[in-house]
Amino acid sequence: MGRFHPHLSFFRMQLIKGLQYRTAAWAGIFTQFFWGFMQIQLYRALYAAHQSTFPMALSGLVSYIWLRQAFLALLNTWSYEYELFDMILSGNVALELCRPVGLYGMWFARNAALRVSRAALRCGPILIISALLPAPWGLNPPASWGAFAAFLLSLILTLGVTCAMTLIVYFSCFYTLSSQGLRTVLDPVTEFLNGAIVPLPFMPAWLSSVLRYTPFGAMVNAPLRIYSGDIRGMELTETLLLQVFWLAALTGLGWLIQHRGLKRLCLQGG
Amino acid sequence: MIQVEHLTKSYRVSRRSGGLIKAVAALGKRDTERVVALDDLSFTVSDGEIVGYIGPNGAGKSTTIKILSGILTPDSGECLVDGRVPWRERKRHVARIGVVFGQRSQLWWDVPVIDSFDLLKDIYRVDASRYKKNLDELTGLLDLETLLRTPARQLSLGQRMRCEVAAALLHDPDLLFLDEPTIGLDAVSKLALRKFILERNRARGTTVLLTTHDMQDIEALATRVLLIGRGKLLLDGSFEDVRASLPGTGSLDEMAAALYRRYGV
Amino acid sequence: MRLYLKFVAMHLKRSMAYKQSFFMSTLGQFLISFSAFLSMWFLLSRFGTVGGYTLGECMLCAGVTLSGFSLAECFFRGFDRFSGIVKSAGFDRVMLRPRGLMLQVLCDDIEFARLGKLIQSIVMLAWGVARSPVAWTPWRALVLLLMVAGGTVIFAALFILYAALCFFTLEGLEVVNIFTHGMREYGVYPLDVYGGGILKFCTFVIPYALFQYYPLMALLGRTEHWFLGLMPMLTPLFLIPCAALWQIGVRRYKSAGS
Repeated sequence: MGRFHPHLSFFRMQLIKGLQYRTAAWAGIFTQFFWGFMQIQLYRALYAAHQSTFPMALSGLVSYIWLRQAFLALLNTWSYEYELFDMILSGNVALELCRPVGLYGMWFARNAALRVSRAALRCGPILIISALLPAPWGLNPPASWGAFAAFLLSLILTLGVTCAMTLIVYFSCFYTLSSQGLRTVLDPVTEFLNGAIVPLPFMPAWLSSVLRYTPFGAMVNAPLRIYSGDIRGMELTETLLLQVFWLAALTGLGWLIQHRGLKRLCLQGG
Repeated sequence: MIQVEHLTKSYRVSRRSGGLIKAVAALGKRDTERVVALDDLSFTVSDGEIVGYIGPNGAGKSTTIKILSGILTPDSGECLVDGRVPWRERKRHVARIGVVFGQRSQLWWDVPVIDSFDLLKDIYRVDASRYKKNLDELTGLLDLETLLRTPARQLSLGQRMRCEVAAALLHDPDLLFLDEPTIGLDAVSKLALRKFILERNRARGTTVLLTTHDMQDIEALATRVLLIGRGKLLLDGSFEDVRASLPGTGSLDEMAAALYRRYGV
Repeated sequence: MRLYLKFVAMHLKRSMAYKQSFFMSTLGQFLISFSAFLSMWFLLSRFGTVGGYTLGECMLCAGVTLSGFSLAECFFRGFDRFSGIVKSAGFDRVMLRPRGLMLQVLCDDIEFARLGKLIQSIVMLAWGVARSPVAWTPWRALVLLLMVAGGTVIFAALFILYAALCFFTLEGLEVVNIFTHGMREYGVYPLDVYGGGILKFCTFVIPYALFQYYPLMALLGRTEHWFLGLMPMLTPLFLIPCAALWQIGVRRYKSAGS
């Protein structure tokens, strides 16, 4: 066995952990399939009656839905490791400082590993099956090779933005006694505003034009619409730049909260 | 009180091997294996005895307790507790027994202990006057006065264990199962708990079945020792007999280790 | 019943021990179902109708489904988190007490934060009643009441089904969420919106349509068969297989342990 970089090693552990639960993996795939199908049925009903006012190509929307289902674990807001909350609340996080890696980087890697490993187990079957489905239901190929490349880049940036957001929630525990309240409020709001429930183009124009410039627009919305060419040209460049900006801003903010929180903890003596 | 005859119980457990590649391979199939927990186990316990039920980890102790308390049904064998077959008449049976798990709690974590007691009163249908009498008595004996108004989460382990024991006795059970009651307790709490159990046994004739890894518990309490290993009964005798049969071992823990070695468990 | 009320009081005391977190969770619960409402509102204000139903009609439908779900969730929450009880060996404790198993599981968790959801769904129902084109008569009010009650029964049965499955496996149970939380989300629209196949499934396999689609048709005057309004009365039949599976599960637990 070769030696792994510590961050890669997290990924390997998460993958092994995920593979232990094979029934859970299949169940997850089936569940996401069903939900995706129901969504498509709903939008098809809308499309049938209102073709002229439909704000996206139906084929693009169908791809949006399947990609979201396939990469759900990568992009959702609720992929937490609950022991990390406890670690902060109990003050045991101070012990993590003994390890030879920075806390922010380590937890960022842990969260990214959690997401990537969960998605890795599930996206394959969903992508393959949904690509094989007949015309109105199936996943469509990307708009172009260029769009596909931009999609991959944007997907990685989205993972970064989402992880940075999760870390802010983790580290906010330095300041509140219980993380549960914050989570139960923040998760549904984020899920809604980032387009995971209703894609941004289907929201009222004033709302979606504001959301574009917020961190929410830099999450699932970006890669999934780039894939089908719904975002292209100048808008594409702008979207990618916004993603880079939010990744930097949220990472910076998270790191700062962590830094100050740890300082406070050390002063109080845990 | 307790008659156990030819009790047998086995479980299916799945085997998994380490490593990423093996984990991928295991997606296809999974090996299961039968593990015998109890193998033709027989013993009897008479009214008013305090029996120490000992054996190494995984010997089948908690399986026995679970069968005797009506949680599990054995594969085969007979078992009568005070004339009842535990798993066939669960409700009638558990109303007459008390169980304390040292590592688990039956108190509500966030509310004052007295509220948990009050709820148990209703669960066990203890009438008001009897409840009051028992509560006063237990409060006195276990020194709970100041603890009753405190939420369970704020109690120390020793304080909580005293409350757990009281909770298990509110309905006057004739039979008490104690599963590692002194685990993690400090010396003072251990002594207090042992004293209480002895007194309860003398005053009321409550039969006690005690599983523990702490040989001092056994020495202080048990009138009789049952040693179980790999699901079989290996030894049945008084603590003094066991001690005498192993001369030259110093501490109680060394004695227990020597005992396990002798039976190869 | 007395015991049940006692449990309710205990849970109330417990949630009051963490007031801040209690109010935040109430708000969170509110937001979760609010997003279902908001997406419906966005879509229908953009398009006007879905599958021929107006916003008012969909609101009525959503109010019924969400009220049924929240009522069931309020009372049967213990079953919803049953996998946790089995995993932590808490079911041993349940078995050690001289009371009915179902009653105890029922009492295991009563979450008041869910009242937020319930109040919201009732508000939506009221709004749907006001906005829908239905001319209200005592008969139609009765049908509406039956629909909410039928929804509660169906969701309660599904929670029991979920708990029963915990005895067989603790893995992959999120599939059942399709039928509970999934139905809460998708059941805000009349079921025929999703096509005939889904409607058939929801009639014969898991009979949501009994409390949702069919009586709704009677309510909206889209059918001549008045008896469709009484379809929710058939929902208790669905409890039978679910409760039977629970019994089988308990027997299995007794023979296999956890």
